[in-house]
Amino acid sequence: MRDPGRDVCGGAFAFPVLGDPAPGAPAPGGRAFLRSRGSGGAEKFLIGIVLVWFAVLVLFPLGAMVRGVIDAGFAESLRSLASPIAQHAFWLTLGITVISVVVNTFFGVILALVLARQKFAGKLLLNGVVDLPFSLSPVVAGFMFIILFGPNGWLGKWFEAGGIRVIFALPGMILATIFVTVPFVTREVVPVLQESGTEQEDAARTLGANGWQTFWRITIPSIRWGLGYGVCLTAARALGEFGAVLIVSGSVIGRTQTATSYIHQEFVDFHYAGAYAASLVLAVASFLMLVAMELMRKRVADRME
Amino acid sequence: MAIWKARRAWKARSTPGYGDLGRPLLLRAMAAGYIGFIIALPIVALSVRAFGGGLGKLWANVVRPDALYSLELTLAMAFAMVIVNVAMGTLMAWVLVRYKFPGRSLVNALIDLPFAIPTVVTGLMLVILYGPQSAVGRFMAAGGVEVIYAKPGIVLALLFVTLPFVVRSVQPVLMGLDKEMEEAAATLGANRWVVFRKVVVPSILPAVLTGAALSFSRAIGEFGSVVIVAGNIPMRTQVAAVFIYGEVESDNPQGALGVSIVLLALSFLVLIALYLLQRVGRNQDA
Repeated sequence: MRDPGRDVCGGAFAFPVLGDPAPGAPAPGGRAFLRSRGSGGAEKFLIGIVLVWFAVLVLFPLGAMVRGVIDAGFAESLRSLASPIAQHAFWLTLGITVISVVVNTFFGVILALVLARQKFAGKLLLNGVVDLPFSLSPVVAGFMFIILFGPNGWLGKWFEAGGIRVIFALPGMILATIFVTVPFVTREVVPVLQESGTEQEDAARTLGANGWQTFWRITIPSIRWGLGYGVCLTAARALGEFGAVLIVSGSVIGRTQTATSYIHQEFVDFHYAGAYAASLVLAVASFLMLVAMELMRKRVADRME
Repeated sequence: MAIWKARRAWKARSTPGYGDLGRPLLLRAMAAGYIGFIIALPIVALSVRAFGGGLGKLWANVVRPDALYSLELTLAMAFAMVIVNVAMGTLMAWVLVRYKFPGRSLVNALIDLPFAIPTVVTGLMLVILYGPQSAVGRFMAAGGVEVIYAKPGIVLALLFVTLPFVVRSVQPVLMGLDKEMEEAAATLGANRWVVFRKVVVPSILPAVLTGAALSFSRAIGEFGSVVIVAGNIPMRTQVAAVFIYGEVESDNPQGALGVSIVLLALSFLVLIALYLLQRVGRNQDA
């Protein structure tokens, strides 16, 4: 049975864009025709191509970066990471990430509820616009905020009059990061909400629970892994955001320079040790995020079965 | 009587599963207000500023030689990436779904890494590996192939950042594929290549195109990795996003309007294409 309302609320990314589609599934055993029939040679050839491709594209660059840090020397790397400029950049990035995650988790859940459970005129449009940050260049995103909040912008004029700087300052950087991370929580939660249905919620209502109780006791537990996955995606993206933040921040060293723009600056200034060490820190952070996401993806898959 | 009917109709409109919280208008207003403020308002501001100066001015903005070159380069690089990514991504999904081999779970787990790694870090890794200081870079330079600060580097960076998209959209479709169809075709005398072309390809085509569209939209907007790998050389390696950045940095936001509008329009087109592809995929399911 397909709910007719569902066809438009999945969004362009309703399918799992990321993640192992069947985590924990046994490795293929091979009954399919196209892999049986003693095709050992062809099979090995295809596997070989894939492994080489993956190594060239992903493993070698990762290895090269680790090698770069080792060549630069641990002491030197640690010293550059401990410099006040680097410290400031990392703390700034962390702060922006936390704020973006909180805001987008709150509104992401609301958006998901609205898209998964309601029918109204304009839903298709709302649904499409939610995905836009995913497909729009971050540089254009940052540029839009400059136009809107710049000294001559519609909203910039007000803020300027109130003595608040948005562009080339923290508020603009937060707004830009929020913009690029809008879709993730919504897109992870909508399919879970659709899958879990409304029966339990209706039952809770019948038993006398009010809206809040239903939300906290039924809905949140049933979406929590999808929500966690979306939060991880949001955090990973916010930690690594560069283009949008760079353009609205002006990358003032020690003031509006984030971790990624610090890496860029060090690279441009030929301070490779600092750039490599900071890159490795961010790469490890995103790897850990990915591990957390794999674990949660498994839980989501379990729930959906 | 009529009042009860109206009341029931009103209740029926509320969000299923919720009572007070499901006051549909409140939630809807919050959702729409948020998206309106964070996404729609900036888009409107950009569009009004761009078209407010008149179409002629905007057009002149787009056809400026360096602007036009950046757009052409961006599209060319994106198309080159899409072609490779469609071939390799489909092959990767196929091998991961159908074959068992050492390293399979590692590859399967690390496919999403390019999505999680910051783009600046991606660019830096590629420069370390293929740059003029590295052994690989020197070797390739000796063979006359420049990767870094040249077009191959751009395509390489785009391939890295878009790696998950085709693989991850094709994988689930391949898993759900009815193997009996392949067997039936084989029983009827089709050889392996024919089975692949006539049975497998038609079923995975929407997923492949979806992955291609996702990769394409990511590629035309990519900034961080490309600015590091290709530098910022106008008329040579300057892609559209880097062009916009350069104009804004040199205090000429007017010059960035045309290219920004083109990128924005392309993003909308990709979203529409994805929506249509999704409908095709659904109909195929049903």
